Amino acid sequence: MQATEQVTEAQVWSWLEEVPDPEIPVISVVDLGVIRGVEVNDAGVRITVTPTYSGCPAMAIISLDIETAMAAKGVENLEIETKIAPAWTTDWLSEKGRARLESYGIAPPQAAGGPEKCPHCGSKSVEKVSQFGSTPCKAQWRCLSCLEPFDYFKCI
Amino acid sequence: MTPATGPAAARFEDNLFEFLLRQGDNALVLGHRTSEWCGVAPALEEDIALANTALDLIGQTQLWLGYAAEVEGQDRTANDLAFRRDAYDFRNLLMLEVPNEDFGRTLMRQFFFDAFQVPWLSALQTSSDQRVADIAAKSVKEALYHLERSAETVVALGDGTAESNARMQAALDYLWPYAGEAFVDDAVDQAMAEAAIAPPPSQMRADWGATVHATLANAYLTRPESEFAHKGGRTGARHTEHLGHMLANMQVLQRSYPDAVW
Repeated sequence: MQATEQVTEAQVWSWLEEVPDPEIPVISVVDLGVIRGVEVNDAGVRITVTPTYSGCPAMAIISLDIETAMAAKGVENLEIETKIAPAWTTDWLSEKGRARLESYGIAPPQAAGGPEKCPHCGSKSVEKVSQFGSTPCKAQWRCLSCLEPFDYFKCI
Repeated sequence: MTPATGPAAARFEDNLFEFLLRQGDNALVLGHRTSEWCGVAPALEEDIALANTALDLIGQTQLWLGYAAEVEGQDRTANDLAFRRDAYDFRNLLMLEVPNEDFGRTLMRQFFFDAFQVPWLSALQTSSDQRVADIAAKSVKEALYHLERSAETVVALGDGTAESNARMQAALDYLWPYAGEAFVDDAVDQAMAEAAIAPPPSQMRADWGATVHATLANAYLTRPESEFAHKGGRTGARHTEHLGHMLANMQVLQRSYPDAVW
């Protein structure tokens, strides 16, 4: 309990910055925008998480990874609440998260509904292969210049 | 269980439970049928798309049936409702339980369902029940994305080769008599409308018809003229023989090893 009493909300947020998204490990769960609240009080630490997609299989792992990370920092009384409203949107991806996605080879979401450019060579000549991809949050595209396929982070 | 047909159940909670089962069972049954394609779809991209669509639907199922279980108040969970009920307790539309047959029928059915879900879930976002509104707001984003793909695919296949056009027309002819069930209001719907939980589903017919009409025209497919509608799925009065077979597959583990966890 001592450890929990001493932590601040800012500290918890910084610790969460170190918890990677299990499916796209270059961005943190904070960058992904799924952490909706951190509250520290006498009872302990309460973290509110929202799913990206309602069936996202990574949710259980995200909660487990958060628990593990908080335990490593000495947080003893942790409560993780899942909340679906307001519904997650790709607008909640951080700027840092978007930049990291792109350098990792995943085109960040655009309001226009498709990638701005190929994350490999920067060409704007790209085409959709499929509206779905390797995880619920991604679609498959390909570059017509360098001919490489790439993931596009769906915009919702 | 509440009565399957006839006058509305006396308690409001019973009607709400029925309403939530209808939402959850639609998502569950279509989600399971769609998941049957996993590993055997005609192309890898389609395999992935179908599996992801199924995943969204199963996720929505957890939200609807989780709330249904709470409203029922009998210490059941979403899992209990999905895996421990028999065919006569399911409240899904008949259209969603018939076999996949081929890729064409699977996508035509998905399109019919998506074209309903988009206006339906949009309307539910203003439900007087906050939980219903929240689940609808989450699900409608996925439904919009599904509709984009299913409508595009219906057009691509309808306006494809002679073979793909014939297969899509056959899918349309087969599914058409099942489409009308979604719009037949009953006492449960009336109770939900009176409580401002949900509008009567019959109000969705115009929106659905407009989407379907436009898409079928682009796909060079001919809409059947018959207005006949098979009914009984959403009220639980009479399912097709296919649901029991589907549940036998879907529920075998929980039936063989009740309460198994891993």
